[in-house]
Amino acid sequence: MTTAVGATARSLVSIRNVSKQFANGTVAIRGVNLDLRDGEFVSLLGPSGCGKSTLLRIIAGLGAPSAGTVDWPTSSHDASGEAHPDLGFVFQDPTLMPWANALKNTMLPLTLAGVGKAEAEARSAEMLALVGLKGFEKSYPRELSGGMKMRVSIARALVTHPKILLMDEPFAALDEITRHKLNDDLLALWWQNRFTAVFVTHSVFESVYLSQRIVVMAARPGRVMADLRSEAPYPRDALFRTSADYAHLCRAASGTLREAIAA
Amino acid sequence: MSDLPLSHALPHDGTDAEARPVFAEERRILGVRASSWPGIIAPLVIGILALTAWELTVRLKGIPHYILPGPLLIAQTLWKDWGTLSVSLMITLRITFAALIAAVVVGVSLAIIFTQSKWLEKSLFPYAVILQVTPVVAIAPLIIIWVGDINLSLLICAWIVAFFPILSNTILGLNSADHNLINLFQLYRASRWQTLRYLRLPAALPYFLGGLKISGGLALIGAVVAEFVAGTGGSASGLAFRILESGYRLEIPRMFAALILISLSGIAIFFLTSWIAHLCLRNWHESAVRREN
Repeated sequence: MTTAVGATARSLVSIRNVSKQFANGTVAIRGVNLDLRDGEFVSLLGPSGCGKSTLLRIIAGLGAPSAGTVDWPTSSHDASGEAHPDLGFVFQDPTLMPWANALKNTMLPLTLAGVGKAEAEARSAEMLALVGLKGFEKSYPRELSGGMKMRVSIARALVTHPKILLMDEPFAALDEITRHKLNDDLLALWWQNRFTAVFVTHSVFESVYLSQRIVVMAARPGRVMADLRSEAPYPRDALFRTSADYAHLCRAASGTLREAIAA
Repeated sequence: MSDLPLSHALPHDGTDAEARPVFAEERRILGVRASSWPGIIAPLVIGILALTAWELTVRLKGIPHYILPGPLLIAQTLWKDWGTLSVSLMITLRITFAALIAAVVVGVSLAIIFTQSKWLEKSLFPYAVILQVTPVVAIAPLIIIWVGDINLSLLICAWIVAFFPILSNTILGLNSADHNLINLFQLYRASRWQTLRYLRLPAALPYFLGGLKISGGLALIGAVVAEFVAGTGGSASGLAFRILESGYRLEIPRMFAALILISLSGIAIFFLTSWIAHLCLRNWHESAVRREN
């Protein structure tokens, strides 16, 4: 593991000196600089209150930074110069529409983009099959378990084939077995499709298992403490969890996280 | 991306596997679930017992029918006067449903307009409240004088009583969409119309239907109260006038018959609105989903 210096691949998102202060005076993040490169799997790791979710929402365009800029050099821009990146977002809760079945929920981004019904249905059904929910198209969210709802949420985020998938502690509320399974399936999806993945988590093990790069953040104010690289090869599976590489990476990330909490 | 190694992925993982509920088909008697029957029979038995006690009391104590008629006499009167009473029933029901439909149209439209513009809501909502808190009995004479046409006046009175629950409930519902879902719609650059169509209106549906249940009964009450105030007679009169008329003539059995028709109408409206709510929500809303435990 080495500390990443400079951008090697081209930047998809370029975050410069981004700060966020809420109306009540709380400084959520201060002076964050970060480059996210095409196709990489990045985890934002930190204790609660370190502003990792705030940073993710700013990247997504949900709430502007108080200072600093978020640039999308390779994405399309509208006439006013505002970037329109293709992105998918997965919330901590599945955030499904309870009145719509799994297929209709997955179709939402396509429907909003004006894609025809037949095409939207076909693409959504294909996406649901990819996340392992073939046969559950007609099921309503209340009929699905927590893990399955999260799968629908991921299918919805990926149905537009976005360049970047932003995930805000998506598996935090799931039990460990389900979480491991979803981690594996998420990695498989990423490995096949090579979107840029940004994964917010407070779990060292989850971030090490998934990522090529771990951005460790500290709290009060939220800031980047370290930018760690992991050279462990993909595809990764359960064996990786028992490897010396994994143990070494976990120790390094935990150490940095401990420093971040102490700082 | 067709040959992902995921085809076998689900539903093999522990907790996911048993997630899908199994809906056992229950035995039915006369088209009604076997377990529903006690809930139907028990109130029926109570009703029959009470009616019998009433009839016996009236007969044994020799209470005159212009004070308290027995249920049998009321039933006979209902049968005998069905010609007049049914015409009045139809008139009252017509006003009730016209008022309810107007309440739905105006209530939902206003709610949508209010949630699109905070300023409109702030400026107009107080007047909706004033309209609601002013007793309809107090403004009915004014409305009758101003409008002239008696049926239209009654319709307006019933509408005033009925529209507020729909308005306030629908506003609440339109504003209660999941905050993260609203964010998601922003992410996908949904238009106002799309957000309304795909998010706010469906989210408001349970609230609207709750309002509709209340307004259904209120529309009937409004229609009856307004007619009491108007006190109009003639052949084209509703059930309220039949009650007034029977009171003047001391035809108490007929008064009871009209009263029963009003109550039955109220019950029918309640079941109708509940049934509509059930049809709309049975697939997804907690209030309409049957649970095993």
